[in-house]
Amino acid sequence: MTTVSDPPKASFQLSQLIYDTRYRSYTFQFIALMLLVSLMAYLGANLVHNLAEQGQNIAFGFLAEPAGYDINQRPIEYDSQSSHMRASVVGVLNTLIVAFLGCITATLLGVTAGILRLSPNWLVRKLMAVYVEAFRNVPVLIWILIIFTIMTAMLPAPSAFRGEDPSSSMLFGSFAFTNRGVYTPAPIMGPGSLVVVLTFIASIFGVFYYRRYATNLLFDTGKLIPTGWPSLVILFVPTILIYFILGRPIGLDYPALAGFNFQGGIHIRGSLIALWFALAIYTGAFIAENVRAGIQAVSKGQTEAAASLGMRPRRIMNLVILPQALRVIIPPLISQYLNLTKNSSLAIAVGYMDVTGTLGGITLNQTGRAIECVLMLMLFYLTISLAISAVMNVYNNAIKLKER
Amino acid sequence: MAAETQMKVSDQVAVEITKMNKWYGAFHVLRDIDLTVYQGERIVIAGPSGSGKSTLIRCINALEEHQKGSITVDGTVLSNDIKNIDRIRSEVGMVFQHFNLFPHLTILENCTLAPIWVRKTPKREAEEIAMHFLEKVKIPEQADKYPGQLSGGQQQRVAIARSLCMRPRIMLFDEPTSALDPEMISEVLDTMIELAEEGMTMLCVTHEMGFARKVANRVIFMDQGQIVEQNEPEEFFNNPQSERTKLFLSQILGH
Amino acid sequence: MVQEHFAFVRSTMLPEAPPPAAERGVVKWLRENLFSSAANTLLTVVSLYVVLQIASSAAPWFLNGVWDSPSLTACRDILDGKMGGCFAVLSERWNQLLFGFKYPSELYWRPGLAFVLLFIAGAPLLFYKIFPSKMLIFTGLYPFIAYWLIWGGSVLVPVFALLGVLLGAFVYKRTVGASAGMAVIAGFVAALIFWMLSGFITGPMENVLAIEPVPSRDMGGFMINLMLGVVCVSLSVPFGIALALGRQSSMPIIKWICVVFIEFIRGVPLITLLFVANVVLAYFLPPGTSFDLILRVIIMITMFASAYIAEVIRGGLAALPRGQYEAADSLGLDYAQAMQLIILPQALKISIPGIVNVAVGLFKDTTLVSVISMFDIVGMIRGPILASSEWNGVYWELFGFAALLFFITCYGISQYSQWLERQLQTDHR
Repeated sequence: MTTVSDPPKASFQLSQLIYDTRYRSYTFQFIALMLLVSLMAYLGANLVHNLAEQGQNIAFGFLAEPAGYDINQRPIEYDSQSSHMRASVVGVLNTLIVAFLGCITATLLGVTAGILRLSPNWLVRKLMAVYVEAFRNVPVLIWILIIFTIMTAMLPAPSAFRGEDPSSSMLFGSFAFTNRGVYTPAPIMGPGSLVVVLTFIASIFGVFYYRRYATNLLFDTGKLIPTGWPSLVILFVPTILIYFILGRPIGLDYPALAGFNFQGGIHIRGSLIALWFALAIYTGAFIAENVRAGIQAVSKGQTEAAASLGMRPRRIMNLVILPQALRVIIPPLISQYLNLTKNSSLAIAVGYMDVTGTLGGITLNQTGRAIECVLMLMLFYLTISLAISAVMNVYNNAIKLKER
Repeated sequence: MAAETQMKVSDQVAVEITKMNKWYGAFHVLRDIDLTVYQGERIVIAGPSGSGKSTLIRCINALEEHQKGSITVDGTVLSNDIKNIDRIRSEVGMVFQHFNLFPHLTILENCTLAPIWVRKTPKREAEEIAMHFLEKVKIPEQADKYPGQLSGGQQQRVAIARSLCMRPRIMLFDEPTSALDPEMISEVLDTMIELAEEGMTMLCVTHEMGFARKVANRVIFMDQGQIVEQNEPEEFFNNPQSERTKLFLSQILGH
Repeated sequence: MVQEHFAFVRSTMLPEAPPPAAERGVVKWLRENLFSSAANTLLTVVSLYVVLQIASSAAPWFLNGVWDSPSLTACRDILDGKMGGCFAVLSERWNQLLFGFKYPSELYWRPGLAFVLLFIAGAPLLFYKIFPSKMLIFTGLYPFIAYWLIWGGSVLVPVFALLGVLLGAFVYKRTVGASAGMAVIAGFVAALIFWMLSGFITGPMENVLAIEPVPSRDMGGFMINLMLGVVCVSLSVPFGIALALGRQSSMPIIKWICVVFIEFIRGVPLITLLFVANVVLAYFLPPGTSFDLILRVIIMITMFASAYIAEVIRGGLAALPRGQYEAADSLGLDYAQAMQLIILPQALKISIPGIVNVAVGLFKDTTLVSVISMFDIVGMIRGPILASSEWNGVYWELFGFAALLFFITCYGISQYSQWLERQLQTDHR
């Protein structure tokens, strides 16, 4: 048996904390942590001192108290006697409404503009470049204010629609554009309307089913049936038939002048429209650039290879270019959605009551609970951001091209 | 030559190019090209870079538009009519320098995409054909992998198989080995030689002069957008006539 | 044998010939770019119609524009029912739009001069190939000169600020051999202590070599946007580098501090950070101190920009091949040397276009300060100008002007960034 002696233990010297590779990172981290903790403690002590001086404290009890202010756009029931908490929830819903509308519109605009920027038509290309550059290079706040100005200062007052010979008239007799907002017809759900709605939902599934059937048919027998117009037929014909068979259960409630204002229909406020369209057009310009870059990222060789195999341009687009371009486009697209949601906090500039307007605006001013309100506001946006980033990470991992 | 007897050249015309001219803007890339390719011919096109050789074969399947003269492929005159272009492209296969495999599809899907969507071959049948050709290029075991997982030589062989799945009568090769590491060149050339032995009509733009000597029945030398010299390989290499050809050969062979 | 047909040698080379008439010049261009197919022709016609419509309705507005009139009503009288813009609001309120409504008008030359000097200071950074690198000394001095010009007061304040920076740099240089991270902290602390001590000197000597001081609350207009943009972007680059390096660090505590900071800032809208500057930050400062609103806003916007710039630089660091790190290690360079000499110069070069994008975005976002009732250009338009009895109702001219100012600046910067990107691409070849 041999005895293995331990290597002689070097006596520990203080200088090792700095010069020994084993310890120096611990030393540094320890010091950094200490500095951070003492900074926090310093700020915390200031906070406690300042609060005590002003006789304040940190508490969230105020959320249960009645808010005492009105909100003009209420997706859920709310009145001035509801709590601050409920006002915040209304604000959150309003944020989500404008973000949702904005994202959809921005995508439509951006994809169209991005594809048109690659059009063979010079004039169209240049026009789209003007759109993209004009909107990307001017602050979104200015666009929001410009559109808000159009909505409130340029459009006629509801009274202009009155009288024998009104100076303004409704579009198609059903849409009124006034300086108090836009009035559109609202659907009235009569008995049986549920069937119509369900039929339409079923038709959407039907279209997907039909398209899958068409692909399978091609794969199994080599027969290619058209998918374009049959999809439209499946989507609309059954719903229209059911609608008439059931005796037109869904009617429209048209807005009409009553007194000083329009009554009935759906009222979309100018502030919502300004925010919605400004965010959509602004973000659309960024999305257009992403779309263009995504399509251009697919090398020309891919198109040529597909063409030399006898494929037509539209099929090359659908089967070769788009599946590859989408991988490039979707991640920045999602961060644009995130930007749009964060920019929707500019609602406060036009008086749209989103969460920044309720929680960060009126509630904060009325209760004076600045720290609590701003903290909650930040947490709300942070939650949305982190949730979306998590989704994006999952997506990115799922679509990663397999390579060696 | 032993290969000569195997590889028959019929007197049926596969491609007929007459007085073809092409410009990029004001630059005259192809000048008065006259070329008749018979079925079963193996033609190697050589020349310095920028001489228009790639452009020439890209004109044959309408990847590039020519501005003057005519190109006839298997009796179909190449015009702007999309039906004619379709017909010609389904007759003519093409292999690119950078493979251009579709990176989002598996090897098998790469090979079946066009047969299914263009030829309207049922999927199962298309897969059988694809496996047949993948076996021929000796990589059937890679069928379920993605292009990014294969070596360059393997990818180029897949690209050849992908073209063959459309059952072309003419194959165009645009510098198929230029982007490959040296040790992978021979596996691709072997595949091409095999293809030649089966009587495929081939037009190859390549710098592989060994391949030209072994397989080609004629070699074309291009410079400044025109055909400078053409001859059977024996004569072309041993007894070049034009000064330009001599210079080129000395540069490419003389090390 | 068929082969006999084709033995061919060209005796004379063909000359280059011009393309056929239909293949060149305007005809070809028009055919390919505007009328290549029926659908394309239709698109061309529709777009032309749209362009003409816009032009024909906007032209009289510009052509009949009134540039000289004291108020909107007077302007409408001059127009006499014709359509036309009242650009007089711009000429009448020009100074307010640029400098705000309180900045002493006899001192306008000071921010004006600072603006002109900005170009001289920026030139050697932006066009480092053209201008001699000695000019960078002026770039380094510029912040202190500009501060003195805009805020005024004793020249000792910027001088001591500069000395503090130099002291910090000196401490960093002396300690960097031991540990890079420690050296950064030590340098920072040294500068901080120096500034605090110098307060005892500059306080009583506020009239030494002094020019008329202007308090920050008197500033406004486009000047604020430019100031915030320039100050916050230049401050956020060093912080961004530190954060990016911290995020890449192998030390878990450092890494997590940086990750949490970056992700938190990037997850919330700028406006909430401005709320913090406006109503929350005061709670965290020592009792009795009163920071300027502008200073608080600068702190928050700088934090905001640092997080975004850190992500851009992280991308630049990640784009460097591993070989660069290994080469630096194998040369025996320590961490600070490797970063300073090898890694950062390359990573920053790659990141410049991204940093410029962040800068453009940030510059646009400086308009948000109008929400917390600061009078930047948007705040001036919405507040004092539109609310005045003379100009109540002049929307297009004012917003159009603000949009134009931002467009010129941002488009200019982004064109520069694209030019630079092309330059870098050729550099790498």
